Amino acid sequence: MIKAILIFNNHGKPRLSKFYEHYTEDTEQQIIRETFHLVSKRDDNVCNFLEGGMLIGGSDNKLIYRHYATLYFVFCVDSSESELGILDLIQVFVETLDKCFENVCELDLIFHMDKVHNILSEMVMGGMVLETNMNEIITQVDAQNKMEKSEAGIAGAPARAVSAVKNMNLPEIPRNINIGDISIKVPNLPSFK
Amino acid sequence: MALKMVKGSIDRMFDKNLQDLVRGIRNHKEDEAKYISTCIDEIKQELKQDNIAVKANAVCKLTYLQMLGYDVSWAAFNIVEVMSSSKFTYKRIGYLAASQCFHEGTDVIMLTTNQIRKDLSSPNQYDTGVALTGLSCFVTPDLARDLANDIMTLMSHTKPFIRKKAVLIMYKVFLKYPESLRPAFPRLKEKLEDPDPGVQSAAVNVICELARRNPKNYLSLAPLFFKLMTSSTNNWVLIKIIKLFGALTPLEPRLGKKLIEPLTNLIHRLHKHLSVFAVLISLSSGMPNHSASIQCLACVLVKYLGLLAMSKILKTHPKSVQSHKDLILQCLDDKDESIRLRALDLLYGMVSKKNLMEIVKKLMLHMDKAEGTTYRDELLTKIIDICSQSNYQYITNFEWYISILVELTRLEGTRHGHLIASQMLDVAIRVKAIRGFAVAQMAMLLDNAHMLTGNTQRNGICEVLYAAAWICGEFSEHLKDPLQTLEAMLRPKVATLPGHIQAVYVQNVAKLFATVLRGQEGVPDRQVAQETSQLLIDRLPLFVQSANLEVQERASCILQLVKYVQKLQQKEVQVAEEVTALFAGELNPVAPKAQKKVPVPEGLDLDAWINEPPSESESEDEKPKAVFAQEEQRPTRPRHPEVDEKELARRREARKQEQANNPFYIKASPSSQKVYAETPGVEHIPVVQIDLSVPLKVPGMPMSDQYVKLEEERRQREKAERKKKKEKKRRKDKCGRGHRAESGGESEEDITPAHTVDIVTEEMPENALPSDEDDKDPSDPHKALDIDLDKPLVDNEKLPVRAHRPPDALKSPVEGGEGEGVAQEPKKKSKKDKKEKEKRKSKERKASVCFCFACFGIILGFVIGRTRGAPVRPLAVPETSSFLVQSYDIQGNLQDGSQVVVSVIFENKSSSSSFLKCMEFNVLDSLNSKLQRPEGASPHEAVTIPFQLPPGVSNEARFVFSVQSIVMPQKLKGTLAFIVKDSSTHEKLDFKLHFTCTSYMITTPCYSDAFAKLLESGDLKASSVRLEGVSMPFHHLLARICFHHHFSVVERIDSCASMYSRSIQGHHVCLLVKTVSTVSIDAKCDEPSLLENVLQEIKQTFAKC
Repeated sequence: MIKAILIFNNHGKPRLSKFYEHYTEDTEQQIIRETFHLVSKRDDNVCNFLEGGMLIGGSDNKLIYRHYATLYFVFCVDSSESELGILDLIQVFVETLDKCFENVCELDLIFHMDKVHNILSEMVMGGMVLETNMNEIITQVDAQNKMEKSEAGIAGAPARAVSAVKNMNLPEIPRNINIGDISIKVPNLPSFK
Repeated sequence: MALKMVKGSIDRMFDKNLQDLVRGIRNHKEDEAKYISTCIDEIKQELKQDNIAVKANAVCKLTYLQMLGYDVSWAAFNIVEVMSSSKFTYKRIGYLAASQCFHEGTDVIMLTTNQIRKDLSSPNQYDTGVALTGLSCFVTPDLARDLANDIMTLMSHTKPFIRKKAVLIMYKVFLKYPESLRPAFPRLKEKLEDPDPGVQSAAVNVICELARRNPKNYLSLAPLFFKLMTSSTNNWVLIKIIKLFGALTPLEPRLGKKLIEPLTNLIHRLHKHLSVFAVLISLSSGMPNHSASIQCLACVLVKYLGLLAMSKILKTHPKSVQSHKDLILQCLDDKDESIRLRALDLLYGMVSKKNLMEIVKKLMLHMDKAEGTTYRDELLTKIIDICSQSNYQYITNFEWYISILVELTRLEGTRHGHLIASQMLDVAIRVKAIRGFAVAQMAMLLDNAHMLTGNTQRNGICEVLYAAAWICGEFSEHLKDPLQTLEAMLRPKVATLPGHIQAVYVQNVAKLFATVLRGQEGVPDRQVAQETSQLLIDRLPLFVQSANLEVQERASCILQLVKYVQKLQQKEVQVAEEVTALFAGELNPVAPKAQKKVPVPEGLDLDAWINEPPSESESEDEKPKAVFAQEEQRPTRPRHPEVDEKELARRREARKQEQANNPFYIKASPSSQKVYAETPGVEHIPVVQIDLSVPLKVPGMPMSDQYVKLEEERRQREKAERKKKKEKKRRKDKCGRGHRAESGGESEEDITPAHTVDIVTEEMPENALPSDEDDKDPSDPHKALDIDLDKPLVDNEKLPVRAHRPPDALKSPVEGGEGEGVAQEPKKKSKKDKKEKEKRKSKERKASVCFCFACFGIILGFVIGRTRGAPVRPLAVPETSSFLVQSYDIQGNLQDGSQVVVSVIFENKSSSSSFLKCMEFNVLDSLNSKLQRPEGASPHEAVTIPFQLPPGVSNEARFVFSVQSIVMPQKLKGTLAFIVKDSSTHEKLDFKLHFTCTSYMITTPCYSDAFAKLLESGDLKASSVRLEGVSMPFHHLLARICFHHHFSVVERIDSCASMYSRSIQGHHVCLLVKTVSTVSIDAKCDEPSLLENVLQEIKQTFAKC
């Protein structure tokens, strides 16, 4: 079982948190902070596994994480999951994000947390791995987005226009300027299949 | 109305959406909290509005704020509102919010049951999907009970998308509602062989999770999993299955042998993956020096996993791991903490009598070097674990162990002072032979207490003093110089220690005092004894003033006692014996579970009332006088009924705490009654010269080394002696035996402990019941799932079904559909079809998915170019004898009523090495149906197929057709052009696509009540057909209709059944199938020509058999 999935940046700011067991908001924040503390002090060239133990109940658990540019993707799992399998799942997740957002960068995750959740929900459900095939995930996500779009129809058009204008006017979306949001590089390699 | 909607949407677009919120938070870095609180106010306003879009937007923002740590449970009801929106967009937002912040304690969850049930049976698969995903995060026992049956139905949904989610969520349902496991298990087992790999892997996932906790119930599935393991290509499934076998093999040893071969094959495959993996990681972490890092990363990963694997092997084959001791010790030097921790874990299992000292010495060295308190603490606990495991089995020299413990106290800033302390206490109490040594060491610790308490108060190590003080006091007869220790314990600095330690100090000061007095007995000079009393009287007031009650109480007691003793001393009375008598008797350790194991004596009912229970009718507004009178009458009446459960638990906890901290709790020694006897004369108190020649050892010195050396010498000596004996013996029987191989190294058993160590076993009550029950945690949810799955189902185990629905109507889709449908399938296919099918079996999923689940499915049926004849040219390409086979199926597109997807499987069947490339697919469009071509292509252009086909390979391509009207069947002519690579000849293949009306039908489950309503509505046109000469069992007939024509059974009564299906454009088709002598089908549909065609097609199907 996967106990939690966390994404945070190099400064420990949460970008996505998904807990498959219930904790209060305060505990969740504390878990994120502690996880960040544990993970961030590790070199890039040490292994991607960390026995968190006390973080999310029981010594059975471990943290499996990967660091992409500015973001850490951390999965907290118990012993029924394979370490390499989860590492691969993280890779699939990131590649899927990359496909869905077209060159995903931290900003995408910041502004579209809901979309990231939707993608994640096609991969992991209630702490169990649902689908590992990237194409299948993308097909389902796309189909659902299409449905959403068709529902918005004409009524949605003005809202979309306004939000486009909003995005245009504000000088704050410097996708190309490096303000610490370097895009996530996904290697163009066949995944572990 | 329309105006209102437009107005609403215009209002809405100036609301703050999620992106605006995020942007705003980023712009208000300094006063983020303030900004967010204004945002929350806005959200509250938005939630009050009627417009669901506004509400959904607000809920979406709340989900974001929840991630930032804000409590949003106050909006739970609004979330439910958004969840119940009919639009998918909002529904999804609602379910996401619910999955993030609902939990078992959320009360509005009760309100969602019906909404979720509605969504689960929604015709839109994505509504169902979203509901399942959400439910998986917040399922409660109530929801699980109410929805178990609905979810079980979904497990045989036509869409693999829903099926896999339904299968997966069953695990959560089982956890919350264990009764559902038995009824649902047969179907879950079926899903292991689902044609869709996603569903299959979900089923494997669920069963593995279940089997991990209670493996013995799943042994019967072993052959099935074995088959899966050898056939599956999905790595996820393989990993899970191997993990499952890991749990099963200990229970069934024969499995292990069987597994060897497939596992070796797998290892060969996985070996490749590992390296691929290492490459992936190094590249993705964006390091510049790839080539260098690959090597090291590969090492890192493999090292970690290797250690992990070793720890598993260790459990079964300790010998094979022990030979790698050096390697593992090396890993302790690794800079990666994870690897070090893993290595430590391994060491735990590797120690033996022989190597314990060596390993611990290495660990001690590491501890000196280690930076980071967590790792150091981990090392410390591991050292203690290693040494104390299985009742100190591996320790041959307890002096060494005590010195190790003393050395550990030098560790700065550790949290584990109490652990060391409890070890010291345990060893000193249970190993009688060591007490003298332990007391000497503890006295030294007490003397140097300032070094332990030195820097900070929060230093956990001062706990050690607790143990030291107690050991010195309790076993003070071993002390060389009790007076000095007494002085050390009365230093003013002691008052800065934590209260519970001071309390122990004070108590043990009294014990020491008794020892000193006894020591002075018979010595003519009484000065020392009197000075000691004076010392106590001087110093104890410090403790009497303590803020800690325990310390205060003990101190004042003892102070009074000493004052009394002093008075007697002045009268020259002998007091030593009496004072010693206060602390006489042995304290024995008690096993931790002893209390629980005391058997209840016969005839004692613990639940029975001691007195009459207070009568219920005793109301509160009774006259107070009466109450008082009653209470007076029975003052012994237990107060317990007034104390609520929580309070009791708290008290119990407090009491346990107290007992744990109190060394005197261990056992009430029979002679520890306080005896204030007459004091005899003091004349004969002896005076002993204090021997100062005892070398003072500073505890900073590592001493354990010298014990290691001593121990080694001892072992050498013993070995030599043994050898001598052996030699003698050998000389004796030399003639008989000839040469006997010299024993290589000394074996485990040869090492005898340094001195006969009497390890006192922990006391258990008499006739305690031996049981290991209490090892299991009763709160473990998996315990409830320990259910025998092979027993047949009993009636009362069936899942609860909503009352207003007849139960057999619910079950019928399963009975009538799936089971027989699959069983039937092979018969009705022509031989050639069968052959094709077998060929395809080994191929990837889609084709066969639809095939097996056709009874619910959306296919038209396979038309294989060659076999279905028609004007299709022979497919053989004569020159190369290559052989192209195509098969296809047609699926309605759920989202779009005017589209169908045709999946075509191309297989290159050539025997030689001819390669097919540049394949182009073209169809002659009709007015009604058009092939959708990529944008910008002309209306007659061919669609290029994006792959090439090596010989013997098949692949699937999908083409989308737009369809105007679906009421008529039609045929489309098409051509496939391709180039055979070797001969580079252009080839062309004609084919026909047959769009039957059935292919536009979608199997949709329908409940009997909805079905009845539909028929009553009167919008439907009726028609009927008779099938002549059909002589098959009725359920086969139904299965066939389900399979070929995408119907589902609504209800079945004897030889009469109602069936339902829906077209992609939403036409309802209802059938009533009856058999009396012939089969008659009465049908109703809102589109007469569609109905006519469907019935014709059904007739054709049965005409063929």
